[in-house]
Amino acid sequence: MKLLMLGWELPPHNSGGLGVACYHMAKAIAHAGVDIDFVLPYDAHHPDTEWMKIHAATLQIPDQRSESTLAYSRSYSSLRKIQASYIAHVEELVQKNSYDVVHAHDWLTMEAGMRAKELTGLPLIVHVHATEFDRSASDSGNPLIHEIEYQGLMMADRIFAVSNITKAIIVSKYGIPADKVEVVHNALDVNSLLEYDYDQRTYRYLETLRDEGYTIVSTVTRFTVQKGLTQLMRAAARACERYDKLAFLFAGDGEQRDELLELAAELGISDKVFFTGFIRGKQWRDAFSVSDVFVMSSVSEPFGLTALEAAHFNNALIISKQSGVGEVLKGIFRYDFWDVDRLADQLIAVATSPALLSSLRQAAKSEYLKLSWNDVATKCLATYTTLRTGVSS
Amino acid sequence: MKRGITLYLHVHQPWRVRDYSVFDTAFHHDYFDGNGEDDRNNGRVLAKVADKSYRPMNALLKRLLDTHPDFKVSLSITGTFIEQAERWAPDVIEDFRALVSTGRVEIVAETYYHSLAFFYSREEFEKQVQMHRQKIRELFGVETTAFRNTELAYNDELAQWADQAGFKAILAEGWDPILDWRSPNYVYRPAGTENIRLLMKNYRLSDDVAFRFGNRGWAEFPLDASKYQQWMNVAFADDAPIVNLFMDYETFGEHQWEDTGIFNFMEHFVAQWLSVEGNTFYTVTEAASADEPRGDISMPHTVTWADSERDLTAWLGNSLQHETMRHLYALEQDVLRSGDVQLIGDWRRLQTSDHVYYMCTKWFNDGDVHAYFSPYESPYDAFLFVMNAIRDVRYRLIQKNRFGGM
Repeated sequence: MKLLMLGWELPPHNSGGLGVACYHMAKAIAHAGVDIDFVLPYDAHHPDTEWMKIHAATLQIPDQRSESTLAYSRSYSSLRKIQASYIAHVEELVQKNSYDVVHAHDWLTMEAGMRAKELTGLPLIVHVHATEFDRSASDSGNPLIHEIEYQGLMMADRIFAVSNITKAIIVSKYGIPADKVEVVHNALDVNSLLEYDYDQRTYRYLETLRDEGYTIVSTVTRFTVQKGLTQLMRAAARACERYDKLAFLFAGDGEQRDELLELAAELGISDKVFFTGFIRGKQWRDAFSVSDVFVMSSVSEPFGLTALEAAHFNNALIISKQSGVGEVLKGIFRYDFWDVDRLADQLIAVATSPALLSSLRQAAKSEYLKLSWNDVATKCLATYTTLRTGVSS
Repeated sequence: MKRGITLYLHVHQPWRVRDYSVFDTAFHHDYFDGNGEDDRNNGRVLAKVADKSYRPMNALLKRLLDTHPDFKVSLSITGTFIEQAERWAPDVIEDFRALVSTGRVEIVAETYYHSLAFFYSREEFEKQVQMHRQKIRELFGVETTAFRNTELAYNDELAQWADQAGFKAILAEGWDPILDWRSPNYVYRPAGTENIRLLMKNYRLSDDVAFRFGNRGWAEFPLDASKYQQWMNVAFADDAPIVNLFMDYETFGEHQWEDTGIFNFMEHFVAQWLSVEGNTFYTVTEAASADEPRGDISMPHTVTWADSERDLTAWLGNSLQHETMRHLYALEQDVLRSGDVQLIGDWRRLQTSDHVYYMCTKWFNDGDVHAYFSPYESPYDAFLFVMNAIRDVRYRLIQKNRFGGM
């Protein structure tokens, strides 16, 4: 079987979770015996990708990609130019090669997927990692992107959604029949996280706080409205009113940073809130290792891979009900993203009960290990086969 | 009675905090050792300002003192400036010593660290004033007799304190809502005091030089010595005995660059002013006794020389600034008890008012005055770096001195 997969980024040139998910998914599918042509909008070397063929749709190298063309950018017009070249390249590919299925990730590649289907009649799978409703954390968002998503979802032969939450949005907001949408949860590749020795050095001040009996609460994310961080900050202040020995690590960066700094000061807790700026590698891993509790506070999170990474690093998890990853985990606290009091309650409970903290840690750890990209690949393959044999739903 | 101008110049440089991140906290204690090609590099800034302002202006002042027996000037020089000049421009200190040795340059007292300690800890405030007096005594061999608080932040309580401490004069802004129908060009008595005298800044004539001199959009541009002397004569009408020109020393060469003609203007104006019979210059303490006080002035609320509001909101106007001060002064007892000289010094350097000034957000609508003076990209960056440094101070208290709590 030969698969044309349309992506926008792969590690190490990724700006977020989309690249990570695509990488592991493709790898598991390739190992199941599928021949993959993977299209990217830029030209770069990607280590450990010899199991598939990568096609660069443009000659841009990642360093030249302006911030505005990354997957999570909000700049529309510069993205459109890249997308035009991307579509042209896909047109060429499908005319030169023969494929069995086209698998397109997110609105960024949906038009290219539709064009491929139009030219060749190939079955099209649209894989939704996030919709414009998620990215804008509202009912507004960019109407032009909504339109592209609507067309892509209509034209697709089959839709993969990364969670039930995302499936519900596809059904309710875009009017797609529920039985056209299949939920394919992401997984965590444990092998990519092994071989790591935590030396307790990077965040020495926080380690000292821990020695003093503090509980370290972290969030590792982009600081955008989608992530619900102002609510998290308010819950932090609320919790500190009742229980003093809490410290909060806000790891990451984004357009909301200044607002969050100011909010922490207004709430009188800036002393307990730590900002790291954008982090990678060791500083990123150590952010999980230094913390006891990981909070995913998203207003709208299709999946939320970071929560699984936090579980790997032995964190207890508190996850908003609006985050898809909560669907695959049971040993976690959940709350509605707007419910500041509930989150504060949960924070205090975990911080003041060692038994609760350790049982949450263990539960999350045992559950995430059961999630596997091989299961994801099996689901994808089953659908590819159905589509190819003409038994469409 | 003579007509005397009181020229008072304020000399200051803060120890700016480098880009001190959460990853530096509890590892490196070198908050003030920025060494990049930017304005958080204190040595770099000092070298630049020394060339543009301190060296040429000291040379000009020396020339004026040598040429005109009646020329006098008062200076306040902060401890944080002296520390940096001793390290990176010792010749500038020598120049200041040469000026003071003429006997016609008065040094005005203030807090060593250019802090707002008066509003947070009276004890700490008094220690810093003492430190400054001691440093001035050692360096220049003179006793201070006049006092100015950081940013001219003044209220009745401060005047009463300075009176008790034996100062003969204190400086404040000549702010219209306080003066009402009165003129800043007389000597006043601060409410509730006995011996001390209040000198109030003539902000119009001061700001003509300090802020407007090089502004090409100003209706009076260009300002020359003759025009300025006419304005000065108007100010001295009604037998007013003094006009108080208070400004930053760095006005000359740094805020107003040399190519605006600021140095030439000053040289010509002094010569022209003194060429008229009955005109003179006073030091601050001389000005205080040049005339009998014309009445009492009360300022129950703090008035400063900053912005159109003349209050402390540039330093203590938003929550970031209040948080910083709260956490900084909460450490006072533990830091002092540690007896760790280095630690105490670092904690005091963090008290310099410039740190919270860089966190000011009101310039979003108050013009770009503050943006110009900040070495940081944003007030939020300033806040992050200073908060991390305060946490590190706390870490050092616990680790090395077994004091305090996180």
